[in-house]
Amino acid sequence: MSTQTLSQSTPVERPEVKEKYDHFIGGKWVAPTSGEYFDNISPIDGKPFTKAARGNKKDVELALDAAHEAFNTWSKTSPAERSKLLNKIADVIEDNLEMLARIETVDNGKALRETRAADLPLVIDHFRYFAGVIRADESTISEHDENTVSIALHEPLGVVAQIIPWNFPLLMATWKIAPALAAGCCTIVKPAEQTPTSIMVLMELIGDILPPGVLNVITGFGPEAGKPLASSKRVAKVSFTGETTTGRLIMQYASENLVPVTMELGGKSPNIFMKSVADADDEYFDKAVEGAVLFALNQGEVCTCPSRILVHEDIYDVFMEKVIERTKAIKMGHPLAEDTMMGAQSSNDQLEKIMSYLDIGKKEGAQVLCGGDKAGLNSGLEEGYYVQPTIFKGHNKMRVFQEEIFGPVTSVTTFKTTEEAIEIANDTMYGLGAGLWSRDAHELYQVPRAIKAGRVWVNCYHAYPAHAPFGGYKKSGFGRENHLMMLDHYRQTKNMLISYDKNKLGFF
Amino acid sequence: MKEYTPRVLATEEAKAIIDQLKKSHDNDLMFHQSGGCCDGSSPMCFEKGDFIVGASDVWMGKVYGCDFFMNEDQFDYWKHTQLTLDVVKGRGSSFSIEIPLGIRFMIRSRLFTSEELLRLTPIMTGEEYLEQ
Repeated sequence: MSTQTLSQSTPVERPEVKEKYDHFIGGKWVAPTSGEYFDNISPIDGKPFTKAARGNKKDVELALDAAHEAFNTWSKTSPAERSKLLNKIADVIEDNLEMLARIETVDNGKALRETRAADLPLVIDHFRYFAGVIRADESTISEHDENTVSIALHEPLGVVAQIIPWNFPLLMATWKIAPALAAGCCTIVKPAEQTPTSIMVLMELIGDILPPGVLNVITGFGPEAGKPLASSKRVAKVSFTGETTTGRLIMQYASENLVPVTMELGGKSPNIFMKSVADADDEYFDKAVEGAVLFALNQGEVCTCPSRILVHEDIYDVFMEKVIERTKAIKMGHPLAEDTMMGAQSSNDQLEKIMSYLDIGKKEGAQVLCGGDKAGLNSGLEEGYYVQPTIFKGHNKMRVFQEEIFGPVTSVTTFKTTEEAIEIANDTMYGLGAGLWSRDAHELYQVPRAIKAGRVWVNCYHAYPAHAPFGGYKKSGFGRENHLMMLDHYRQTKNMLISYDKNKLGFF
Repeated sequence: MKEYTPRVLATEEAKAIIDQLKKSHDNDLMFHQSGGCCDGSSPMCFEKGDFIVGASDVWMGKVYGCDFFMNEDQFDYWKHTQLTLDVVKGRGSSFSIEIPLGIRFMIRSRLFTSEELLRLTPIMTGEEYLEQ
């Protein structure tokens, strides 16, 4: 590993943070019952920058008390009122976008360029989307015969638990919070241990918009705070984004309590480049090259990271030459510098795990086309968690082709026929995302239909707009986010079956 | 007697943490290798029996006295590699019980030699494990 001297713009200032953050319960800041806090380490430099409350079962119970009390009134709030409050939250976030983008970068390590242009704008739009859809949402009614009417009315589930991952701390929290509140549920949110701060800074801004107890946030460690929350018989639903073993554990608790769950559990997404991609060296070809390099977005810490590139063998040379060139041009550096293109991995154990995969990839005989090591950065970043964007070449049975590395690592292989491309694409445990790039109108429809994944990007990748349902097939989980169908993940149906007939049945 | 090549080993550091956790939790431990998002592709440590294994899991042997499992789909892609349980500084966000210590179990891997492949620890399906 060589150390790289940084030549880049001066990092912007870090936002001021408090020395420590309490839980947000019942509309108030509440110190952890244990009195304990834990260090939050910034991936930028590996140094603690604030502390978070170390929650436990008692804290979870306090939050459940507050949420259950709030549900009595929140569940009866009109959609117009809930919509107004969600819009207000969006407005406040928009007014504070720059500060929130910076704190998100400090907390998670991703480049400011991305938090400014993607994370925060999507957060804002997501709240507005759910503020909008509940104004147009309707229940159903059917007339079974001239005297019998069935009304199927939506009712909120109750108090829900939402466990948030660390890769897009504010955005993933929003994906869960916005539909739950829109549906009339109260929620207890547990952010990840690696990124417990940005959401608390957000709560300082929006905490008083909602009635006390509607939105509660508890920080702490999975076994101490996450487990009592996910296993509580006082929650009506658990929504989880994370990995398969914890997903199964949460379903195990849910089976004991007989409550529903939704799971988003990762992927190993194929990004398929058909032969026609290289028919011309034009804007579209350039777009496709960028589409392959998007594996480095968010340092590869995305469940849908296009971590397998499948390229037609006839265009491998011309296409991959450009992909490698573009990958090598990715500017790494201080995540708060405006010209940094790729920042730090979120924690030391992530860095170590990625390194272990670079190791097994090489041992299995995969060829390193670029990258392949830590990125040694100086100027105060020596202790931060930086990895070079890496491309392996190999075959689909290698472990680097099958396991979610959750780093800036992709693996390329070739195919000869469309059938082979589909076979390789589907040879995985997962089915979350996929990409299909082609100039052929028939392939544009037929290939995505043959791929077993919940989201297939066609001639694009890594777009996550509200209004497009997102979720997994196979071992990538179930349930959808980002869409009005989410409302039904947080509601149940009250059926009123009404007789307007004055006459008795005549049975008794 | 034929000597088997273990599928999972542990470093001295990992063994020390296992000892520490057994003591603090006053219980035996188990591991289940996770797949997927965020903290996935890492071994999860639980008190024995806290994670319910099933017919879709594979028992890969014991590592320092703890049963080690993996889902069979995942095992299919991993079975040609020997795993070594290690610990690194850091903080996962799963329910793995070492997390409050500010460390994380992780897996290092190497390929089995063709000779080792002939005498690997026999696996059990989760069903066989439960019946024994």
